[in-house]
Amino acid sequence: MHNARDNILNRLRRQRPEFPPQDEPASMDEGNETTLQQRIEAFTEKLRSVRAEVHLTTEQDWCHKLQELCRKKELDNLLYGNQGPLAEAMEKHWNSDDSTPRLVTLNETIESWKEPLFNDIAAAVTSVRTGIAQVGTLVLWPTLEEPRTYSLVPPVHFAVLHADKLYNTFAEVVEEEAWQEGMPTNALLISGPSKSADIEQTLSYGVHGPTELVALLVS
Amino acid sequence: MQTASDFRQRSEEALGNPQIRRNFRFAMDGLMAKRRAGLSDPREREQLRTQCAGIRVNALSKLPELLEQLEGNCTRNGIQVHWAESVDEANNIVLEIMRQHDATRMIKGKSMVSEEMELNHFLEDHDIECLESDLGEYIVQLAGETPSHIIAPAIHKNRHEIAELFRQKFPDIPFEEDPEKLARSAREILREKFYKADVGLSGVNFAVAETGTLCLVENEGNGRMCTTVPPVHIAVTGIEKVVEQLSDIPPLLNLLVRSATGQHISTYFNMISSPRKPGEKDGPQEVHLVLPDNERSRIYEDDELINTLRCIRCGACMNHCPVYGRIGGHAYGSTIPGPIGSVVEPQKIGLDTLGELPTASTLCGACGEVCPVRIPLPDLLNRLRYEGVRNNNDGKVKGQSEQRKGTEAWIWKSWSWLHVQPMLYRLAMRTATRLRSLMPRKLGPWTDVRRPPRIAARTLHELAREKGFDNA
Repeated sequence: MHNARDNILNRLRRQRPEFPPQDEPASMDEGNETTLQQRIEAFTEKLRSVRAEVHLTTEQDWCHKLQELCRKKELDNLLYGNQGPLAEAMEKHWNSDDSTPRLVTLNETIESWKEPLFNDIAAAVTSVRTGIAQVGTLVLWPTLEEPRTYSLVPPVHFAVLHADKLYNTFAEVVEEEAWQEGMPTNALLISGPSKSADIEQTLSYGVHGPTELVALLVS
Repeated sequence: MQTASDFRQRSEEALGNPQIRRNFRFAMDGLMAKRRAGLSDPREREQLRTQCAGIRVNALSKLPELLEQLEGNCTRNGIQVHWAESVDEANNIVLEIMRQHDATRMIKGKSMVSEEMELNHFLEDHDIECLESDLGEYIVQLAGETPSHIIAPAIHKNRHEIAELFRQKFPDIPFEEDPEKLARSAREILREKFYKADVGLSGVNFAVAETGTLCLVENEGNGRMCTTVPPVHIAVTGIEKVVEQLSDIPPLLNLLVRSATGQHISTYFNMISSPRKPGEKDGPQEVHLVLPDNERSRIYEDDELINTLRCIRCGACMNHCPVYGRIGGHAYGSTIPGPIGSVVEPQKIGLDTLGELPTASTLCGACGEVCPVRIPLPDLLNRLRYEGVRNNNDGKVKGQSEQRKGTEAWIWKSWSWLHVQPMLYRLAMRTATRLRSLMPRKLGPWTDVRRPPRIAARTLHELAREKGFDNA
């Protein structure tokens, strides 16, 4: 369809559009300087407002907290990336007794584990790259160790986020992390469990993505 | 495809259906209130609107260069880019990709461009199962209908109607009227479809030229499923959706979501820059980007109508339109309804078929006031009314002057002539006031639902003279 390309571009170049001068947006004094505590509070409030769970925890405790939540939710198993950033702590602290869900890892590519992923996995835990306080958002760049489907297919998604990585706005994340210098295969903003308002504008949670989103905010 | 010559009939049917009226009123009131609450600080709102309008104008002013940059960066990232002049070409590109993979099952995320292409029908005619996975789109597809709103496709149905539809289609599933339980039923049914699909298709909200990134906004996770689980992902989007740089995205996402639903952010924002890379464990092995033109480059040539292409498809103009709120989306008979639909669709399909749509407006100005990218919608509606009745064929809009009616043109010509003949004008007004009792009681469709207008007993000039204005 090379012709189509040239024809379209030629048509677009036939006449350069002339727009009247655009107004400059007024500068907003957003009071950008926020303390970590303010960012934690904003993040927690916003994320909880969309029926996500947020648990404040510490570097020493998050793994115990995760186990406790898994037990409470009576989960059979928990998917994690055994080469990922959470692996060391999880393998060290995970108590294997009858009430604790089995830790599961999936090697090779999705072609070999699509079936168990869709049918057997009860929950997955992933790390989080950073967070956005103002809107209660988790920012993920899925990796080889923690692939894209981990935060999508299992019914429960646990996300471990270090509070010191909280930015105030999405614009700050893009700018300060210089995303334009190299984007990953997939970058994701996740702000709550899957939901829809397609029936009578009534919010229903748990449509196609995880029905529960649990953020462990480590500080 | 429906044509707008049936527009009046469909509007009358919708107006005469109390259930449709109630469903739309309820939904539109809700959406307006949510936007108001979500954008409650007027200073911030106006600042964001100016910023986003600037971003879209900047992108359109460099469109050919940005499209080439997008193509270059996507290709470098491993995304295969296809250009299509028409919807036929775009459909055939999709079919060809399906055939290369011996694919017979497609799962779709929400895409208004695929509606514009009538892709579902096209692929079904070639024995390909094409299933919508957005909850609203799925409901509409089950019912054999088309979307009645661009972000809430099944907004014309209430929960009882949807529950009844599920009962008919899936008799084995327990009957439920609770929206959350209905949504869970759809989840169960569609999980298997995501699992088995050969190809996933999605739309694109923004395509970033700087990095070759395709951005998708959604709440349900079906968009992520379609773009992550099947081995092949096809994204379709109009050539106008490109923006220059990544830093344009945060303000656009912010205002799109708040204008559309009043949410502070959507549940998911999915940014795709390449297919699965070596070593990665999931994601599609191929990503294709299909860029249909379908008249957009013609719209681009007019310095006023080009503003049509700024649209970021939030739906706020329809939510606030007093006409859309009463007749609903299906009456328009076009892919996109409401004020933006009445502007974009006649330019694509032609004023000969859809020339009545620009008249489906009271010109109250609400659409222009809420538009996040400041599209001057009332001006564009007026412009297309003019293009529809212009007395020559010197314009560029398809089907121009086809709405011109001899009698109407004669009446307006006479009216304008009379108003520049002072003596005759006074005489005509005097005669009209004296003969006012002869005014017919029936004046076409106007008096079907209204009383006939009453002419005053004396002319304005006479009244003014009585008040002492000696130059009246």
